[in-house]
Amino acid sequence: MEALLLDLLRSPDLLFVVIRGVILIGVVMTIAGYAVLLERKASAWIQGRLGPNRTTLPLVSWIPGLGSFLRLGGFIQPAADGGKFLFKEDPIPGHVNKPYYVLAPIIALAPALAVLAMIPFTRLPDGTPLALCPGADVGVLLMFAVSSLGVYGIALGGWASNSKFPFLGAVRGSAQLISYELAMGLSVLPIFLLTSAPGVDHGLNLAVIVQQQEGVWNILRQPLAAIVFLICIFAETNRHPFDMPESETDLVGGFHTEYGAFKFGLFFVAEYGHMVIGSALFILMFLGGWHLFPGIPMVGEGVWATLMGLSIFAAKLAFFLFFFVWVRWTIPRFRYDQVMRIGWNVLLPLAVANLVITFILLALQG
Amino acid sequence: MAVKVITRRPLSFLERTYLPQILGGLRITWRNLMRPTVTLSYPEQRPPIPKGYRGVPTLVRDPNGREKCVSCQLCEFVCPPKAIRITPGEIPANTPGAHVEKAPKEFDINMLRCIYCGLCQEVCPEEAIWLQTQYSMVGRTREEMVHNKARLYELGGTLPDTHFKWDHKRDEAERQAGGHH
Repeated sequence: MEALLLDLLRSPDLLFVVIRGVILIGVVMTIAGYAVLLERKASAWIQGRLGPNRTTLPLVSWIPGLGSFLRLGGFIQPAADGGKFLFKEDPIPGHVNKPYYVLAPIIALAPALAVLAMIPFTRLPDGTPLALCPGADVGVLLMFAVSSLGVYGIALGGWASNSKFPFLGAVRGSAQLISYELAMGLSVLPIFLLTSAPGVDHGLNLAVIVQQQEGVWNILRQPLAAIVFLICIFAETNRHPFDMPESETDLVGGFHTEYGAFKFGLFFVAEYGHMVIGSALFILMFLGGWHLFPGIPMVGEGVWATLMGLSIFAAKLAFFLFFFVWVRWTIPRFRYDQVMRIGWNVLLPLAVANLVITFILLALQG
Repeated sequence: MAVKVITRRPLSFLERTYLPQILGGLRITWRNLMRPTVTLSYPEQRPPIPKGYRGVPTLVRDPNGREKCVSCQLCEFVCPPKAIRITPGEIPANTPGAHVEKAPKEFDINMLRCIYCGLCQEVCPEEAIWLQTQYSMVGRTREEMVHNKARLYELGGTLPDTHFKWDHKRDEAERQAGGHH
């Protein structure tokens, strides 16, 4: 049974690869849907409201007595949201550049889904990671490279909309990406320096990085890098306080002002997909991935350890998705010039300094 | 003028990183998250109605079941948006309420016009029209939103007062009539 499952998970047969991919995308889309619900709920709770709690399956609320309980506090809300996006009329404004206008949401979502293939979720009983492309040695590099492509969707959407506010949003998004990409890349270099010690193979493989954190999590060894990287994730995912491309108060809806119905839904899901990826990256590189506490190796044996690891990873992911919302209602949006100043004047020098200090410390150690 | 000069203390290193302030902010939002909500689940939970609330205007009966309105039409006269329309009528002589001056034959309040000002209640000499606690009014047609007399009494119910003004008037009149003999 266990061997058969492992074979299915590892079979190079195209059919199984496609099936695995579809399952992964389905799971992550569901997570994104419930991240939206979490966002709406947590926002409401922070503001002293109740949040969406009425949506229910048809006929359920008619069940006497149990009806209001089976509503489960609006648990089915994501299906209603998604259904609305799917079945709404999808008009294309007359003044847009049609091919690029249609292409932009797809370009926004595709990198988010492509990067998922690299993420190891847990460790299988035979020691290999559970991921769509488990053995990719360029894992981290590819993730950084591809996930940054998501901004092309924003830039293209803003440009193709042929309208001032989306255009401003797109320009801001592009400028922000350039400012934060450098600091983000430099901030994680010390991790690779620590991981790729002499004698360690596959030092860029995310699973290897997680395995190295069995003893001490990287956030304890590299707190500065963790802070810089965390701030850069917020900027990369265009979340508050860095939601420059959207900034609904000054740019109407930002880059997706001219979008509606399903195309807007794609942009929306792409944002949450990027949140999932950013959180997963931080968890894998700094928070020990599927390890419970620093210094505690995997609990249990075989399949149980795998499942435990998966739930620990899921719990950390859920916390991070909540953290995004929590920060959103804590820190107001930065002004555009402040965003630029933080990126170039603060985070980049910090990341470089951290890198140099790590160089020196490693050299002193011999 | 005395000017108080406040020396601005330069920010300390930790303050310039903003990180402690952000953590403080996170703590505040967390406390708000833990606090009970201030909103109500409306149809199931209703807000408490304060005393003196001006809801939907209604007509009331006295504890004996007599309609208190005597069709004086003061409310119709005072109503700013002209929402009230009264058709006065006589009271048949052989009924228990025959000693009362008059009664409305028809009494319509157009709730599409009513502005809930409460002047009708204020002006009524018989305490017959009351703005009570009902605040939610819906109807599918314009006709449905015009409350007729039956609907107004259904909404109003009975006012538990014990003046029995008209009964006292009748008794007094009978006493005086008897005294002359």
